[in-house]
Amino acid sequence: MGRLLLIVRLAARDLLRRPAEAALLLLAIAAATTTLTVGLTIHGVASDPYANTREVTAGPDVVATILPDPEGGADPDPAALESIAAADGVTDHSGPFPVAGAALELGERTMDVQAIGRDAEPADVDRPAVTDGDWVRDGGIVVEAAFAEAAGLHVGDPVTLAGREFEVAGIAVTAALVPYPWTSCLVHCMLGEAPEGMRPADGALHDPGTVWLTVADVEEIASAPLSYVMNLKLADPDDAQAFVLAHGEERPGLPNLLSWNHTLEQVTHLERNTQRLLTTGGTLLGILAVASVAVLVGGRMADQTQRVGLLKAAGATPGLVAAVLLAASVTVALLASAVGLVAGRLTAPLFTERAPGLLGAAGEPALTASAVAIVTAVALGVAVVATLVPAVRAARTSTVAALNDAARPPRRIGWLIALSTRLPPALLIALRLAGRRPRRVVLSVASVTVTVSGVVAAMAANAQLAGQPLVDADTETQRLSDVLLVITVMLIALAAVNAVVVTWATVLDARHASAVTRALGATPAQLSAGLSLAQMLPAFAGALLGVGGGLALYTAIDPDEVPMPSTWSLVVLVPGVVIAVAALTAIPALLAARRPVAPSLQAELA
Amino acid sequence: MSILSTRGLTKSYGDGESLVRAVDGVDLEVESGETVAIMGPSGCGKSTLLHLVGGLDRASGGEIHLAGRRVDQLTERALARLRRTDVGFVFQAFHLMDELTALENVELPALLAGHSPRAAKARAAELLDRVGLTTKAGALPTTLSGGQRQRVAVARALSNEPVLVLADEPTGNLDSAATLDVLRLFEDLHDAGQTLVIVTHDERIAATADRLITMRDGAFVDETRLTGGSTGNLGALAGLEG
Repeated sequence: MGRLLLIVRLAARDLLRRPAEAALLLLAIAAATTTLTVGLTIHGVASDPYANTREVTAGPDVVATILPDPEGGADPDPAALESIAAADGVTDHSGPFPVAGAALELGERTMDVQAIGRDAEPADVDRPAVTDGDWVRDGGIVVEAAFAEAAGLHVGDPVTLAGREFEVAGIAVTAALVPYPWTSCLVHCMLGEAPEGMRPADGALHDPGTVWLTVADVEEIASAPLSYVMNLKLADPDDAQAFVLAHGEERPGLPNLLSWNHTLEQVTHLERNTQRLLTTGGTLLGILAVASVAVLVGGRMADQTQRVGLLKAAGATPGLVAAVLLAASVTVALLASAVGLVAGRLTAPLFTERAPGLLGAAGEPALTASAVAIVTAVALGVAVVATLVPAVRAARTSTVAALNDAARPPRRIGWLIALSTRLPPALLIALRLAGRRPRRVVLSVASVTVTVSGVVAAMAANAQLAGQPLVDADTETQRLSDVLLVITVMLIALAAVNAVVVTWATVLDARHASAVTRALGATPAQLSAGLSLAQMLPAFAGALLGVGGGLALYTAIDPDEVPMPSTWSLVVLVPGVVIAVAALTAIPALLAARRPVAPSLQAELA
Repeated sequence: MSILSTRGLTKSYGDGESLVRAVDGVDLEVESGETVAIMGPSGCGKSTLLHLVGGLDRASGGEIHLAGRRVDQLTERALARLRRTDVGFVFQAFHLMDELTALENVELPALLAGHSPRAAKARAAELLDRVGLTTKAGALPTTLSGGQRQRVAVARALSNEPVLVLADEPTGNLDSAATLDVLRLFEDLHDAGQTLVIVTHDERIAATADRLITMRDGAFVDETRLTGGSTGNLGALAGLEG
């Protein structure tokens, strides 16, 4: 107990002696844990409203449609749907209902809609829940809630549908169809922009909304052969996908089937995309946090050599010294995981706004025990991985050497030194400074690689978002753009902290070498340029690796579609990163180059 | 001909009651080819004086002239050029780069001065030969004895053929045998016409100079011209032979 108390007290003192460094450690780990927490907590929250809507509206397990032949073949026969209703496993059904494509005029705007003909009485399967107003009546249409919100329609509004005047009788939600803008098409339609070189089929609707009318009204506004839709209930809803595979056909004139699982997948795809981005971002931030913590802890160790000597001289065993150093990092990691869990839990609802077109709010993001365990484990892992090597090294340092504050001997890379002799003084200094601590260079390269990978992946994702604009689909694009922006900003911020910390660690570590170099005739400008270049060279390598890494990362996240960010943006990115690192490191490098030489040289004699 | 002169040179720290004059109105003249030893107790300001003269530190007042040029008002950049071309430093702690071999340490000032890698390497090899360390050219400082390290440092100080070599307690970290080695090296430099200013508190070292200046509380308190100097029987004079 006494030993444990001693470790805790020494670790606490250690943290309080350098509060700024402790705060930076906390910030680095908390950034990763916050993002990870949001990613983990929003998982599945959007499926709650869909389940609720399915229950309230007697949602179908399978929706069967039959569409006209766009090539002008025979009109669809609703009887083909009747045979599906008689298939094994079907316990109930509603329909077939006629569906017509039409143009909805709202003042000066025109939007496409698919108008479903329904009886005034509620059906056994798929009873759209009216959230405002009434159900269909002659001359009165009911508008799907998400479409109503996007179109700005309210009960009582007059609208023109296929040239005929109607009034909005009500607003309703259904679990049978995916809400606007990802509407499940019951007629020939196209969502988003047509791919280059292709154009929608004649008469196909573009980004249609859904409205319900009486059957008579649908038949009256129809200007082309009708489609038909039937809603099926199965004995076991879990068999829906198998039922679709067994009975579905994707040919005009034959029934096309969609399972409720498919609809759920479409409804929750925004949350899944958001979660995927956040989890990937959280992982990248976690890797960056390891780099940050490794540099910070390494710097602390270098700074603490004498303290380690004092501890050992006072009788502390190497194990106790390592335990003290690890305890300090673990304490910060636990605090950071707590901060991350709270911040992530508070932030998560921003990414799970109510899905219009479904009943009830999106499920409250919940912190599950497994999410807490994962986040805490990641934070502890980051701290332990980054601290272990320097802690063991510090513990093994000889007591006398530690008391003398002997710096860790620099590494010698012969070929690099030979190469540097052929370069101008600033580059010579840069290469030799970098070569003294190759592990720090690797951390710098890794830090920039991870950041640039994240930025490039975000650019690719943005390119994909920009490539598929949906009418009034701003919510989706905006939310994903927001998530990308948040992750990108956090990655850049953490990388910036890393760059400054690495530079400062290099400055402190190279105090003596810098002073000697200046005593031998290097100008302050040459030295500061050398210090900055020592960070810019790894940044250049990291930026190049990051461009490839980012595209590979995005391919891994979304193997189906990998849009290339514009070439010019990638070309600008690499020098941009190098210039940004130069700017970030300029101040610490200038400060270091202006240090008086004599005190640094005399410090060794003190 | 005077190669170095100072007039009323001062260096002070703090102000008011806490004002400390590390160097207090020093007037110094050093002739070309002369070896001057500056002695005094620890903290008397002799190292500070050396740093001021070599452009490693800025004076609070007074003038410094080196090779006919006033240097106390130079910019940092110009001072760096001065250290690169006109001054060579030898430090008590050697201050060699641990990751560089002896040869690489010696060629560094020439590379910083913009000499070609080939010329810098040739000059470094020549200097290592001059200090008797040709066989140690590829050795890292950590594998060399104290005396060998200091000889490498002396070779490095001579890399750009400076008009003045400043040595700050050059034998302070050495045993007797190594001290003798370094003193012989300085004697060779003296014979070759190199101007040397050596700060020391070891009387045996000081006795090898042409002139001995004693410093106390930042000021010169005594000056003696030595007849034996570094042309005499060095080992016997220094009491180090054997």
